Order: sequence, then C-alpha cells, then structure tokens
Amino acid sequence: MLKIENLHATVGDTEILKGLSLTINAGEIHAIMGPNGAGKSTLAYALGGRPGYDVTAGSASFDGQDLLDMDPHERAAAGIFLGFQYPVEIPGVSNLQFLRESLNVQRKARGEEALNGAEFIKLAKEKAALLKMDMDMLKRAVNVGFSGGEKKRNEMVQMGILDPKLAILDETDSGLDIDALRTVGSGINSIMRKPDKAVLLITHYQRLLEEVKPDFVHVLANGRIVKTGGPELALQLENEGYEAIAEAA
Amino acid sequence: MNAPLPTRRDEAWRYADLKALATVWSKLDGPEQIHVPAGESQSRQIAELPVVDGVGVIDLDVTIGDNATFTLYLLAHNADYGRIHVRATLGNGSHFELGGAILGSGQQTLEIVTETIHAEPNATSNQVVRSVLADKATGSFLGRINVARHAQKTDAAQSVKAMLLDRGATANAKPELEIFADDVKCAHGATVGELDKQALFYMASRGLDPATAKKLMLQAFIADAFVSVGDDVVREGLESKALEVMEGLS
Repeated sequence: MLKIENLHATVGDTEILKGLSLTINAGEIHAIMGPNGAGKSTLAYALGGRPGYDVTAGSASFDGQDLLDMDPHERAAAGIFLGFQYPVEIPGVSNLQFLRESLNVQRKARGEEALNGAEFIKLAKEKAALLKMDMDMLKRAVNVGFSGGEKKRNEMVQMGILDPKLAILDETDSGLDIDALRTVGSGINSIMRKPDKAVLLITHYQRLLEEVKPDFVHVLANGRIVKTGGPELALQLENEGYEAIAEAA
Repeated sequence: MNAPLPTRRDEAWRYADLKALATVWSKLDGPEQIHVPAGESQSRQIAELPVVDGVGVIDLDVTIGDNATFTLYLLAHNADYGRIHVRATLGNGSHFELGGAILGSGQQTLEIVTETIHAEPNATSNQVVRSVLADKATGSFLGRINVARHAQKTDAAQSVKAMLLDRGATANAKPELEIFADDVKCAHGATVGELDKQALFYMASRGLDPATAKKLMLQAFIADAFVSVGDDVVREGLESKALEVMEGLS
C-alpha cells in the first residue's frame, strides 16, 4: 500500500530524514518509535505534503501512485489520513461543516456521490458515539476551545468519518488520560483494523500499543529506521530506552 | 457640494484618495440625515456603493433618540475609491450597531470612517469591521468614539480585523477614543493578519482543495461582521454577497 524508499527530507536547511525506507501492506499496523528529534513528525508531514517539508531524494508511492507528486488534498482523496500531533483550531468553521465539505470533496474526487445533510449527520453521530464524543462538540468551531485530549478524540472522529485506507497518526496518544487512551485505541481498532486498511502509528509510549497491537515496530533514530521487530521490540524499548537500542543497531 | 475638498491634515482623510474624490466632490450632496425617534429602531443595509466615475461615497449623519436603536450593515467593495462615513449621535439609553466588511482587490481604496458620539448616559455602541484585501488594495477603518463628560455608563466596543491575501495589500485600523466620563466601558481591538497557513494545510490534509479551504476561512472571518443581524434572510443575503465578491478576489 505504502512504499517508501531511501527518503531524504529537509526542513529549512536541515536534513531530518536521511534515507528512510519502509513498506506497509494492507491489513498491517506499524508503529514507529524513537527519541525526540529523530524525525518522526517530519516523516508524517513529508508523507502528508506539508509545505516546508521538502523531499530531496528517494521515493514514496501509495497504491502504486507517486505520492510525492500529489498535492496534500489529493493525497487525502487518495485515501491517506494524517492525524495531527497538534490539531489546528479553525475559528468560525464548524466541525460538521468542515467534515461534510471534506468528505464530499473526497467522494467527488473518487467519483462517488456526495452525502446529503441527513446521511452525513447519521454518519457523524455514529462515529462520534464510537469515540464517546458529544455531538455538541461537533457543532462547535473546529478544535476551538477543545482541550488537548478532546482535540485528539476529534481527530479520530474525523478519521472515522473520512474512512481512509491509510492512517498516519502522529502522537495521537499524547495528551490523553488513561480512559481517553482506551477509547481512542479501540476507535483506531474498529475504524482501521481491516484487511484493506493500514495504520502507521507514531508514538513515544508503549501504552497505546497495548490497545492497538502493532504487527511491526520500527525504531527511528537520526533520520532512518535502525531496527525493526514485532510488538516485543516496543517492550524492550520501554525497558531499555532508545539510546541502548539505537546504539546497538 | 460647495465646501472645499478635504485635506489629509484632517485625520479622517489621512488615508483617503483625494484625487479620486475630486472628480465627484462637486456632485456630492452632503450627509444624509437620519433621525431615529425615541424608543424606535431602524436598520439600514448597504450592499453596494452608489458609484460615479469609480468613486462611491456614502455619508450618514444619524441621530439616535433616547432608548432608540440604529443598526447599519455595510459591504464596501464596488468602487475604485469608496468611502463610507457615519456620524452617529446617541441619546440616553440608545444603541448603535455597525457591522461592516471591506472587500478590496486591484488598486481599490476602500474606507469606513465612523464618529460615534456618546452624548448622553447609558448608551451602547458596537462596531465590527472585517477587511479582506488582495493585490494592491487598501482598506482603512478609522473609528472615533467620543464620550461626553456626563455620558456615564456608556458601553462602546470596536473590533477591527483585516486579512491580507497578498503582499501588496494594505490595511489601516485606527481607533480613536476621547473619553471625558469616568464610569464607562470602551473596548477596542484591531488586528491585521494573513490566512493561517497551518489551518490551510490542516484543511488540505482532510481533502479540501486550496480554493475551498480559503473560501471556508474567509467566509468564517467575514461572518463576524454580520453575526448581530437579527433577520436570517438579511444576514444570509449579506454573507452570500460578500462570498460572491470574495470569490472574485485573487
């Protein structure tokens, strides 16, 4: 589904990703862990096409299409969802309006019928309930006045509504209390744990991985993947720290 | 009008395009007098300026009687040089509400100048102006609030925000407060900014193309100016007119 080869990316004049390769197949959940500054968020943004994150070498393809050649909104329409570490506030634009426009633009790009108001509300209600989010919050402006945890929950409601093929979730677990973490974890499982979907989870902590069991765990250090293993690698990291493992690799 | 052309020495004309104004100055009639009788309310919407030779001027002199209300909603967009001047004199317990949007592109110069005179106690005024400026357009707001010595319990608010879509665009925002009473509330805020790039990327990451994302953000930005319109049909009319004009901006 996603094939990244020898990816180099810079932010400003600084090279952050230095030859990262990763292949994700449908039905798989991959976790990327690594110390601060390793390039985890840069990887997410480079795959999402954020301006200022320039890919200088290497390739990334999604379902056989050249991902790097697509605009950010085209990547979304192709089926990629980027869960933000710091979801952005958009004053004056309601969540529901935002999501309905987004979903219908995506559907249109895929040649599908737009959802009408009633169909959309039904879908939004179902996904909000899944993430235990109050519908009233969906009527409010996007992320405005939301707590850190509410913003993350909102990201997952958005993911549920947009129903992507690949979710790249950048520290979706940070800022969540234990109950919220469980809700978000089971949300990810029920939305994305399917044979035709895949997830790239970027996280610092083992805890989310107890909820969302990854098939593969990668250690990212200094701009490249230095070690790959199964779920046991996350436990080892939790016990021994990044430094020991990155150095041994 | 036989009065001499104004000069920039007067603060209210500081940003004005006096050359453009000169072409129509003699054709202007002087301020339109509006009197709102005590206890009544009147509303006015101006979605188009009356334009002669590219110049559109509206000049209102409004007297608001005791416990009366005057609401004014403006869209300044369809003139090379457009100026809306409102002088509102408030009676005891009265209210003045202004919601305005300045939407400029090309070389347009558009300005809203208000003089709000709190001559009597217990009156309230609220002014919200939002500007969206593209290309080399200039949008200006100058808002003077005078509070007379005995006009206690005055509550006057002004919120002015401008969004610049291009490097060459200019926004001026200048509140002027002259307060002689000591038991009053006068709040004013002014900001000038650009479209939030982070928000644009966030919206793109959900599938919105740049044009739609920009439209949603500008729509939300302008909506502040018309949030106080009581009549839904009128508000939607103003908002959709504003949106139509903004879609024509670069």
